[in-house]
Amino acid sequence: MKMATSSERSPPPFPEDLEPEPDEVGDQDSDDGEDIFLGADNPLEIKMDHSLPASDIASSTKPLSEASSAPVMDILSEPASEAFSAPMMNLLMEPASETSSAPMVDLLMEPASETSSAPMMNLFMEPASEASSGPMVDLLMDPASDDLKEPPKPDINPLADIINDAPLSEVKTPVAAMTQEPPSDLFDDEPSELFAEPRQSNTAKQQQTSIFDEPDEDLFSEPLGEALKKPQNDVFKEALAPVAKASNVCGPLSDNYNEDPTDIFTEEAITTLPSAVSTVSVNSKTNGVHSDEEEPDIFAEATVELSLDSPRNDRKKKEAAKPSASASAPSVSASASKPQPKTLEELDEEIEDKFELNISITNPEKVGDGMNAYMAYKVSTQTTLPMFRSKTFTVRRRFSDFLGLYEKLSDKHTLNGYIVPPPPEKSIMGMTKVKVGKEDNSSAEFVERRRAALERYLQRVVFHPSLLQDPDVREFLERDDMPRAHNTQALSGAGFLKMINRATDSLSKMTIKMNESDVWFEEKLQEVEAEDQQLRKLHIMVDSLVGHRKELSVNTGGFAKSVAMLGSSEDNTALSRALSQLAEVEDKMEQLHQEQAASDSFCFAELLADYIRLLGSVRASFDQRMKTWQRWQDAQNMLQKKRETEAKLLWANKPDKLQQAKDDITEWEAKVTQYERDFDRVSATVRKEVLRFEKEKARDFKKQIIKYLESLLQSQQQLIKYWEAFLPEAKAIA
Amino acid sequence: MHVVLCQGLDDGPDFLSEEDRGPRAVNVDLQTDATLQVDISDALSERDKVKFTVHTKSTLPNFKQNEFSVVRQHEEFIWLHDSFVENEEYAGYIIPPAPPRPDFDASREKLQKLGEGEGSMTKEEFTKMKQELEAEYLAIFKKTVAMHEVFLCRVAAHPVLRKDLNFHVFLEYNQDLSVRGKNKREKMEDFFKNVVKSADGVLVAGVKDVDDFFEHEKTFLLEYHNRVKDASAKSDRMIRSHKSAADDINRIASTLYTLGTQDSTDVCKFFLKVSELFEKTRKIEARVAADEDLKLADLLKYYLRESQAAKDLLYRRGRALVDYENANKALDRARAKNKDVLQAETSQQVCCQKFEKISESAKQELIDFKTRRVAAFRKNLVELAELELKHAKGNLQLLQSCLGVLKGDT
Repeated sequence: MKMATSSERSPPPFPEDLEPEPDEVGDQDSDDGEDIFLGADNPLEIKMDHSLPASDIASSTKPLSEASSAPVMDILSEPASEAFSAPMMNLLMEPASETSSAPMVDLLMEPASETSSAPMMNLFMEPASEASSGPMVDLLMDPASDDLKEPPKPDINPLADIINDAPLSEVKTPVAAMTQEPPSDLFDDEPSELFAEPRQSNTAKQQQTSIFDEPDEDLFSEPLGEALKKPQNDVFKEALAPVAKASNVCGPLSDNYNEDPTDIFTEEAITTLPSAVSTVSVNSKTNGVHSDEEEPDIFAEATVELSLDSPRNDRKKKEAAKPSASASAPSVSASASKPQPKTLEELDEEIEDKFELNISITNPEKVGDGMNAYMAYKVSTQTTLPMFRSKTFTVRRRFSDFLGLYEKLSDKHTLNGYIVPPPPEKSIMGMTKVKVGKEDNSSAEFVERRRAALERYLQRVVFHPSLLQDPDVREFLERDDMPRAHNTQALSGAGFLKMINRATDSLSKMTIKMNESDVWFEEKLQEVEAEDQQLRKLHIMVDSLVGHRKELSVNTGGFAKSVAMLGSSEDNTALSRALSQLAEVEDKMEQLHQEQAASDSFCFAELLADYIRLLGSVRASFDQRMKTWQRWQDAQNMLQKKRETEAKLLWANKPDKLQQAKDDITEWEAKVTQYERDFDRVSATVRKEVLRFEKEKARDFKKQIIKYLESLLQSQQQLIKYWEAFLPEAKAIA
Repeated sequence: MHVVLCQGLDDGPDFLSEEDRGPRAVNVDLQTDATLQVDISDALSERDKVKFTVHTKSTLPNFKQNEFSVVRQHEEFIWLHDSFVENEEYAGYIIPPAPPRPDFDASREKLQKLGEGEGSMTKEEFTKMKQELEAEYLAIFKKTVAMHEVFLCRVAAHPVLRKDLNFHVFLEYNQDLSVRGKNKREKMEDFFKNVVKSADGVLVAGVKDVDDFFEHEKTFLLEYHNRVKDASAKSDRMIRSHKSAADDINRIASTLYTLGTQDSTDVCKFFLKVSELFEKTRKIEARVAADEDLKLADLLKYYLRESQAAKDLLYRRGRALVDYENANKALDRARAKNKDVLQAETSQQVCCQKFEKISESAKQELIDFKTRRVAAFRKNLVELAELELKHAKGNLQLLQSCLGVLKGDT
């Protein structure tokens, strides 16, 4: 799955043993942590449990990266996932790193965490310098809460958020341990740590040391004062700035930094820093809304800055650069954690307000012959959204491409609790008819039905603010030569597997007794299930109505012919004529019933079918939430067990194993925290998604049913016309 | 199950439209005659039989009273009809077709099935279904009553048949006529008779008629009967699917209602509104089907039987013609041989008289048949068109007002 792919892809960035560190540090902000840890550890071990966060990050980063140039994108997306998982493992393995695990969790959970990777650096630094001692433990135990209390001036909201965030808090916590004065010292210490350690390791190079020295001084002198006087905002900026810088610098430190600045700033290195900066700047503007267009510029600037700064060791420039970076860091972290949902919502509304994307699917066309034939559809997009290359574009896609898109989206987003709109089902029956090439009514109807279903499906996808951001969606809409989706055969096989999975899921659902803390979810789930049931029932009935209406149409046609015959044999002229008029009326009624059956089917039955499928996705997102809850619970149980073993070992007085037990505990504590946050995050997403879904459902139903009623209205109008014309004929019978 | 049906004050479901309750109006146009008026004032449905209360008002001296009622069953109607058919005196008349046997089996069966399936549906659904079936049952019941009444009215309006003694007994005798259903042997006999008759009918039909009028009527009725048969079957199918569609709409309405009640979002109001609309339109749809049934299918069915009766008349005449021709031949042979001439002459005379008598009344009967038919078709088709219009307009209005509300909401 995700992990596997990321592991495979990770190698490229490492040119040499030594270099990887700087490179990946540069990669992305998030990567920093990983790379640092990687240096010591086995990269392979990185990929263990953390598929979830990794994928999150990957997905979240992609949209960002897309806008920027191609190489950047790769770097940003793929290594990033690894980067995140890696630190986790390392942390878990190294005793020193335990401390940092909590923050790590945060990073992993937040999609926007790339930016917050800077703190990661700190983490890394700390373990290196200090063998994780008392303070570190403290950090672990009370990650954010202590910090929250200690910095006593929550005047500025973003600040508070920042403080909440684990990465930042961590940064502070060591400070707390070191210093006596809670607020001010906190901030001082952290940077000092950061810089002190690098210095120690890299003292050999004077330039670098000097770089670090200066910042240190600055940091400690000015910021301190500021911190005391002003809100901590500034302090944070300053504090973070070095961190950001440090990430860049640390790599070079190990290498010959001066000689080959270019080497050091290989593509990855360049990209990483910029990305950090860019996000930062974006954040400062829009608070977390990733505006892709801006990135390239930022990126460019950032690279320039970097290349200038580091080789020259220009202190002033650095300082100048720092604030910007530092300013970004807090805002980033702020956006990363709490504001995240907010920003999404904003995005949501924004998109709904000025939804400038029209998709239509037209010209279904049979390609090929025999059993290899398939239908290709023209997918036309009209948009004013700046993220697309042009305003109108058209591609040709076949049914399996649509399925492929769903598979991709579903793999990425279902895990996070998103409701991914499902495509229409494969219909072997219908398609075979089309393939055989019978040009009859039913196959034409099938093609049209499918075309409309695909169109609605695609519209739902792009209407979803998060899915619209997905590069696969854009690729689907824009790219001319779409690589063929998986073998369709395999896909239907996957469908079968999914069915089994669903069966086991429902089994486990029965066994999982979730003591639901949130009544909302419980009620909603029940509602969804009841609705699903009723919609299925309704669908069957509407289908039956369609059937009966078609039957009625056929029978009316039969009757019309029969009446015409009767009229022809009637020997009263007026009656004979009236009967043939009646036959004509019935003929028209046949047509009318036929049309009505079609609108029963297209307006009503299809709508229901769509929503039955969609409710399946809604349930899947509820299930996903349940699963994350279960994982969290399992982790808690495990933690409990580990604690018990520790207690036993203590009692048995086996110090050799005690250390291992302690490690286990910290490991599982980290997991518990992470999983809990996972759960909270998924819960929030599910809630938001369900609300969104309901809104859309209401709109869809209203629109479609009104359309349907209008079709009924029209046929009644026709009916009146027909019978009004007939009435004088009947009266003329003499 | 007992269903008491008082035609005067029935408030049953609206399957039969109020404006045309009288069955006389349904299929045949009869001149009313104050001297003898017959109707079915009441009917009682028991487990396997229907008891009709036949009400008579008359000024004719044959009857002891001016107004009286008796209770009759379907079998007694059949007996009366058969007695007409078997009476040689009436060979020259179109015998009014016998009413169809009351058939509630299908409806009862459905009701029983519903009872069995009671557990599997919600209470609302059950009551709804039950009401529907009961309405269906009532509709069949009413139609049955109407068919029987029409038969009596036709007889009462017929200048000759109204004077029939059996008919008077049927109307007046206040005891059971103790007619029994036919036993197996008799049924077999009937069957063979029919086979012989239809074989003979083909034979007789092949004979070229000397009279152009009858020759024309013969070809016309043969074709007409077949076509009206076909049209009747087709109209039944059409109406059946129309009813199914109406039932579907009904079920859709109740499911929408459930959806509306269980939904917590603001769509619920929408669902409820649409459910309400469908509930109303399905009633109209059902009435369209019911009215088509009444105005179209029943008309065709009646003329299917009536044309059969007219065909039977032609057959009898044709038979008499063949007999007459055979008697002529026999007389010729007898004269040639100069043997049994007198006997042959009398038989030839009898045949001739019979044929001429049949021909004489048959001509008028067939002309009357045509007049009746045209009038009935006119009446029914006009009413059909008017009802269709009325329902379509009702539907339209419902849809318009509902759409107005819904669009106002959004």
